[in-house]
Amino acid sequence: MATSGLLEIGESLVLQQRGVRLYDGDEKVKLEAGALLLSTHRLLWRDQKNHEYCIAIPLSQIVFIEEQAAGIGKSAKIVVHLHPTSSNKDLGPFQSSIYSYIKLSFKEHGQIEFYRRLSEEITQQRWENMPVSQSLQISKGAQAGRIRAVGIVGIERKLEEKRKETDKNISEAFEDLSKLMEKAKEMVELSKSIANKIKEKQGDITEDETIRFKSYLLSMGIANPVTRETYGSGTHYHMQLAKQLAGILQAPLEERGGIMSLTEVYCLVNRARGLELLSPEDLVNACKMLVSLKLPIRLCVFDSGVMVIELQSHNEEEMVASALETVSEKGSLTAEEFAKLVGMSVLLAKERLLLAEKMGHLCRDDSVEGLRFYPNLFMTQSE
Amino acid sequence: MHRRGVGAGAIAKKKLAEAKYKERGTVLAEDQLAQMSKQLDMFKTNLEEFASKHKQEIRKNPQFRVQFQDMCATIGVDPLASGKGFWSEMLGVGDFYYELGVQIIEVCLALKHRNGGLITLEELHQQVLKGRGKFAQDVSQDDLIRAIKKLKVLGSGFGIIPVGGTYLIQSVPAELNMDHTVVLQLAEKKGYVTVSEIRSSLKWEVERAKQVLFQWQLLGTIYIQSVLTGTLAERRHGLA
Repeated sequence: MATSGLLEIGESLVLQQRGVRLYDGDEKVKLEAGALLLSTHRLLWRDQKNHEYCIAIPLSQIVFIEEQAAGIGKSAKIVVHLHPTSSNKDLGPFQSSIYSYIKLSFKEHGQIEFYRRLSEEITQQRWENMPVSQSLQISKGAQAGRIRAVGIVGIERKLEEKRKETDKNISEAFEDLSKLMEKAKEMVELSKSIANKIKEKQGDITEDETIRFKSYLLSMGIANPVTRETYGSGTHYHMQLAKQLAGILQAPLEERGGIMSLTEVYCLVNRARGLELLSPEDLVNACKMLVSLKLPIRLCVFDSGVMVIELQSHNEEEMVASALETVSEKGSLTAEEFAKLVGMSVLLAKERLLLAEKMGHLCRDDSVEGLRFYPNLFMTQSE
Repeated sequence: MHRRGVGAGAIAKKKLAEAKYKERGTVLAEDQLAQMSKQLDMFKTNLEEFASKHKQEIRKNPQFRVQFQDMCATIGVDPLASGKGFWSEMLGVGDFYYELGVQIIEVCLALKHRNGGLITLEELHQQVLKGRGKFAQDVSQDDLIRAIKKLKVLGSGFGIIPVGGTYLIQSVPAELNMDHTVVLQLAEKKGYVTVSEIRSSLKWEVERAKQVLFQWQLLGTIYIQSVLTGTLAERRHGLA
């Protein structure tokens, strides 16, 4: 039966497992893998893509279960045999399935444990002692002869109805979206026309007005039509952000030897925020302002395109000197080995070694085994 | 007729005319900015209304997200440009994609030692889903691609390489980016490729060809069959 999937009071969750596909008898059901939940009273399955779609089978409907081992290309399964339909059952909106069993296919493993716990629950029949609301009560045998099979086909029907309703909602949403986009388009046109005016009257627009215009573009997500540069760079928002970053990053930078890649910064800052996250462009645009705002950290770009934030006090050329010492001590090092020794990320370790190479202190050996750096003896020995 | 031509008076008059012209120009832009400000406020209201009705739909329905993104792109709007943009603030699309970006970075970092910074979109999808946990909002492959496109701007080498109907995601700056694509395309024709084929088709040196293939070994999506061909023991590098 289709259900909201919420546990009733008195019903406890025993075990859950993701990545489970349903089979009606031996036929795959037209649904993707879902999450399987075992409670003291029921077996629940929820579609992973559409959390509203949820099916429940009372444990009392289960006759017995068996295991099907995994094979080549096949996941391990549990076959759940259910009480069969009686011949004079009224069909109603539920078409009974020709099968009296369903299969659960464990695409992401977990079959062994699930089988064990399901067996336990069926044996212990804890639902007998834990009364729940009427909706879960199933005629257990009091009505002999009026036992229903829980066919998946009938459930699919119900889900299909639900899907149709959802579709209707979607087309309404789509209509509203189209109207919204029409208005957004007007904004884009207006911004283009303003941008053209600004271009023509170069110098007659005040600094203030330019900043205002840029912030409007930022709100709408429109690229600056004049400069084609990243929109919103140089707005008050990014200035504020830059100052915040200088504060937030001081300690982490010191902990990491004065340098961090921009991706590290992105993760660090957004993890800390939790909500109202920064877009990658927000971060880059803010960092571009660090130097002009005379803040104690700065943005640097390596030849490879790798972008880093450094403490002003950090001197990469000095670090190269100590890197050379380290490499010399060991004879030769790969970026990974160097990173481990020094306690840096491999990305930045590689950049430092590449810089050292560029400065002539190291030379490389690029082979199938990887990229290895050696002290440049041509430099030192020629002196 | 008394002609006013060159003279102090004429120059002064000209200057005055120019100044007035400039002034008008400034006033025109000011007007339009004021107009834009007003329209922005109106748009914000429209968006708020839309959000109150359909925010959940965007969150839960990947297809609707795709439609939304495509429509934005068509009219020249990038809803993911900034966390401060209206779209992000009111529809919550920003947080969705920016957080996904963090998760992608973390997965790629964790697996880099294993795959050299190259991962199939499918595997990335699996890993990200795992990391997000059971009750998190589902994400589609399209969502991943959009998040990765945004990450490129951070400069750490994120790239999307189309291959055989799907994509390889690169997360390290690699000089061999184009090399991989080209060799993959060669391999796709027969289902495998040999070092000598690469050399003859692409005119590369042995080491360069081997480098690409070695990285594929690490990738794991491609298995290597050893085939002895006459006197030359040459490996066939096949697509799994």
